[in-house]
Amino acid sequence: MTAAARVGRRSVSDTNQEIERPGIVIIGNPNTGKTTLFNALTGESARVGNYPGITIERRVARLRLESASGVPLELDITDLPGAYSLSACSPEEKIAFDALLGQHGNIAPKLAVVVVDAGQLSRNLYLALQILELDVPVVIALNMIDEVRDDPPDPQKLAEALGVPCVATSARQGQGLEQLRRAIACALSGPPPRKRPPIQYPAALLADAARVSQALPEAWRAGIAPRQALALWALACVGDDELPDISTELREACRAARTQLPARDLDLEIAGPRYAFIDDLLPSVTSRHGDAPKRPISQRIDRVLLHPIGGFVIFASVMLLLFHALFRWTEPLTGLVESAVAQSQALLVAGLPPGWPRDLLVQGIVGGVGNVVVFLPQIILLFAFIGLLEDSGYMSRVAFLIDRVMRLLGLHGRAFVPILSGFACAVPAILATRTLERQRDRLLTMLVIPLTTCSARLPVYTLIISALFPAQMLWGWLPIQGTLMVSAYVLAMLLTLTATFVLGKTVVKGRQVPLILELPPYRLPSVGATFKMVGERAGDFLRGAGTIILVATIALWALLAFPRHEPADVARSTAVVEALQLSPVPQTSTATHRPQSDIDNSYGARLGKALEPVIEPLGFDWRIGVGLLASFAAREVFVSTMAIVYGMDDENDVAAPLRERMKAERKANGKQRYSPLVGLSLLTFFAIACQCSSTLAVVRRETRSLKWPAFLFGYTVVLAWLMSFLLYQVGRLLGFG
Amino acid sequence: MNLADAPLGTTVTIESIGGQGAFRRRLLELGLLPGTGVTLMSIAPLGDPLELLVRGASLSIRRADAAVVFVRPAKRTSLRPQAAACGLPLAGDSWAGSTP
Repeated sequence: MTAAARVGRRSVSDTNQEIERPGIVIIGNPNTGKTTLFNALTGESARVGNYPGITIERRVARLRLESASGVPLELDITDLPGAYSLSACSPEEKIAFDALLGQHGNIAPKLAVVVVDAGQLSRNLYLALQILELDVPVVIALNMIDEVRDDPPDPQKLAEALGVPCVATSARQGQGLEQLRRAIACALSGPPPRKRPPIQYPAALLADAARVSQALPEAWRAGIAPRQALALWALACVGDDELPDISTELREACRAARTQLPARDLDLEIAGPRYAFIDDLLPSVTSRHGDAPKRPISQRIDRVLLHPIGGFVIFASVMLLLFHALFRWTEPLTGLVESAVAQSQALLVAGLPPGWPRDLLVQGIVGGVGNVVVFLPQIILLFAFIGLLEDSGYMSRVAFLIDRVMRLLGLHGRAFVPILSGFACAVPAILATRTLERQRDRLLTMLVIPLTTCSARLPVYTLIISALFPAQMLWGWLPIQGTLMVSAYVLAMLLTLTATFVLGKTVVKGRQVPLILELPPYRLPSVGATFKMVGERAGDFLRGAGTIILVATIALWALLAFPRHEPADVARSTAVVEALQLSPVPQTSTATHRPQSDIDNSYGARLGKALEPVIEPLGFDWRIGVGLLASFAAREVFVSTMAIVYGMDDENDVAAPLRERMKAERKANGKQRYSPLVGLSLLTFFAIACQCSSTLAVVRRETRSLKWPAFLFGYTVVLAWLMSFLLYQVGRLLGFG
Repeated sequence: MNLADAPLGTTVTIESIGGQGAFRRRLLELGLLPGTGVTLMSIAPLGDPLELLVRGASLSIRRADAAVVFVRPAKRTSLRPQAAACGLPLAGDSWAGSTP
């Protein structure tokens, strides 16, 4: 097991405990401005946790109100994930249902604020009806009212038709918020209206529902929700679902209803009357005849952005910009973090007496904090991009344009951006999988992202290629070094695609779910909301994954720094541990002579030697073994570790001398120790193995399990070993050794 | 005719929805019911998926999935016939008389 995985078990605690009072939930279709409304109502930054037993973000904030009589009220308000309906066939879709009914570790809410897009009433009201049927007290926010100025629906009429308070709002422009707060306060203090929408279900369906309601679990029956509505929910959902917590009894009752003869269309019997009810009430609420046409502005923009040629040119440009930004724009900031770390380390080294406590502080703790903070620029930039793309509506178009390609891999078009970001750095890319709706897609994407060529691999590739391969042209025109670099990228891409395909069919099977993608109208993105989201994500990373990365860095430091031989070897072990940070420490402390290192004494080196029989068939010796171990802190650390293994002094520029040194290294029989074949083998190993504790830490955080990071590590290392083994052994047989 | 074969830019009326399970239920819940008008707005540059306009919303589904939605050319679009055309025996329903 890896250091990161070992550490992970005790370092992360979920933040669920703090949120356990009955409160209010905000619920609505996707793209209805739910989260904007949530932010506008609460105004403060939300606490981000998780729903019980599932890794979907739960945002909760305090809502302060004043009741009609002037008594201050304070409640928790939860922003539920966007949903088109309460029906669910997977645990993540069941969140809204569970949260509304107070099941599965949730507390039953006192009130649901249902956010309805004023421009798309019929589909939005479907969800509202489902919630009303469950007898949950409701206040309707008729949101985005500003977008339908020419023909606004009448909130008063809608309130009459549904029997619940209804307020016209525009969360974006801060319109109607005061009225909404008053309506909420009023609904909380008054008796809950128990008016259910008079939906006319077929008699046969109601008979089925009555039978199924006998099989409902005790916990469901104890709540306020009427049995008929619960039975209808079960009839719709239980069947080909992936719900873990449905009793056999209920399952059997639903199956009996579905398989009875003569065959009936239960789904249509449930959805049809609801829409019939909606279609019947709409004419009294809005004067619009027929369905709204697509908004002309969106249509015009789409004509350009979805154009067969122009659309792809723009798509490619936006993605290139994103990629370029991740690679280059973050460099100054990353550099700033690195130099800040280096300077504080230098100060500490100068101010403290030498010894292992100082090294622990300097190399382990300060270096570890640096290892965490160094990811922030990329995380912030990536999420700012994603936020703006999502908010403007372009993200859905990205998925629309590229879905044909992603479908071949068994993934959703939305997985494109996270995988692309992986070529910059796996850590923000894995965090970005949160934009995927399905748990299965998220997991699959997380498991393949580490195969993409992240930027931390580049210094290693450069070292290996420039040290072990001649800067010559093959056949007079093909630059060997450049070709190798390109091949490394091509290999990574092929592996990513293959792994996605294979893992999607084996390890994270899940059902292939047909794509249903909404292309929302284009809107100006809200910068404030994006900033807020970015801040939350960054904070979550620091608290969650950050702690694991810090501990892993300290553990790796200890591995290579102990046991110590005081005091003569202080200098050397300092040198060893300095390899563990992202940037070299200025040499303020020691001008000491460093002998040709035999760091054989450290536990890390012992481990490297113990590993030698395993890595020897790949052409590696124990020195590379130590380098591989050390590169768990960050891949590029491989370079500085190799330098220390060879006892190099000037760490500010190790690349050139190290290159020469590795080239000159001979075996006992006088042959070159690191042949180009070893180089190829090492390149292959680095391209595939997920030897990055930060990536493993983030996967651990995002999946809330040790199983998946362990699997990720296991499959990549085994695959890397096998590929390197094949390459090296076949190469040797062919006489390249 | 199925929805995947509908000419680009035309509005058609849904006759029936085939397919099964969660996907079919999701389409129904999004308001693709027998009698509902659907416009095929665009096709993604790589030939798939399709963009549909249903009840004022742009939805995108894949060609293979659209093939289970059977449609006929639309005569007119209005709200009432959509609801009534579900053709369900509604218990005590005042609209039952308008079912074609």
